[in-house]
Amino acid sequence: MFNKTLSLKSFKSTAIVLSMVAFMIVLMAFKVQHNTTSDYLDLSEIKKKDSVASIAAFEKVYSVLMHPRCMNCHPDGDVPLQGDESRIHNMLPQRGPDGKGILTMKCANCHGAVGVPGDATPPGNPHWHLPPADMKMIFQGRSARELALQLVNPEMNGHKSMEELRLHAEDTLVKSGWNMGGDRELPPLSYQEFTKAWYEWIDTGAYAPSK
Amino acid sequence: MPLYEIHVNGETKQVDVDSDTPVLWVLRDNLRLLGTKYGCGIAHCGACTIHLDGDAVRSCAYPISAVGNKKVTTIEGLSKDGNHPVQKAWLEHDVPQCGYCQAGQIMTASSLLAQNSTPSDEEIRRAMNGNICRCATYTRINRAIRTASKDM
Repeated sequence: MFNKTLSLKSFKSTAIVLSMVAFMIVLMAFKVQHNTTSDYLDLSEIKKKDSVASIAAFEKVYSVLMHPRCMNCHPDGDVPLQGDESRIHNMLPQRGPDGKGILTMKCANCHGAVGVPGDATPPGNPHWHLPPADMKMIFQGRSARELALQLVNPEMNGHKSMEELRLHAEDTLVKSGWNMGGDRELPPLSYQEFTKAWYEWIDTGAYAPSK
Repeated sequence: MPLYEIHVNGETKQVDVDSDTPVLWVLRDNLRLLGTKYGCGIAHCGACTIHLDGDAVRSCAYPISAVGNKKVTTIEGLSKDGNHPVQKAWLEHDVPQCGYCQAGQIMTASSLLAQNSTPSDEEIRRAMNGNICRCATYTRINRAIRTASKDM
């Protein structure tokens, strides 16, 4: 009687365990069958912090941001700079509250949506402007460390999140630095090289150099 | 060449020109509006200034393709009888010497006063800084703008 009871209990326990195992196998099989690739992290896309790679990338970024094609519109003052030697802009147009100039001296009065042919004609862009007066985003005179820290600070970078900062490389006015025409010197990296370095700097942690 | 329809001095005109043609040459060569002058060709002197929807734009550096539906006003269309307050003040102060830059000066001054009817001397100097006068009539220009501001 005792043995019969024991074997019955044992049979029940075994049956329960087997049922659970079978259920889990079915569940796993179902999950594998219905999983899409987006449910898995692609190891190649995991953003890994790497201060050495990040700082190395920023050195390239910095060489572009401090080039006249970028820096001329990020001056340490309220008048833009001009030319390969970054002289004060002819006719002294002022920044204005929104960065688009003042009265008869608005950027768009000379910088149309598109330019006209010629070595020294004003480059065109539909959104030509400086940073606004309440957040001047000065590049001129900044060290690599100062500029890196400024770029990642939403209180100094135009209230941009890191993702928005990353996307800023695709802004049409940023791109126009490589397309100003005439005999203007190009930035030291191509646009593709710049964006690669920009993304790498941010994706590896957006570290600031020590100096 | 593409056909463009532009609104100039209250009239609609059609011109058949290349898309990168500066508005200055459309006005002068196609429409024979010769009051707007060529100076430097690189937007540095202001002799070619016109209004685009009231803004003082350098027509030598502005392509026809960018005009769209904006209203173009040239010196010929600033007033019907030359009686715009700026034009009257120009006569009162006998501003021009050789006169070549004056259409551009008047178009910039009238745009300034339309946006700020009581500019300070500093604001006048800043606003007119891009209009060069080789006869150096700047003092009379500033006086005339102050006079015109009283009539705006």
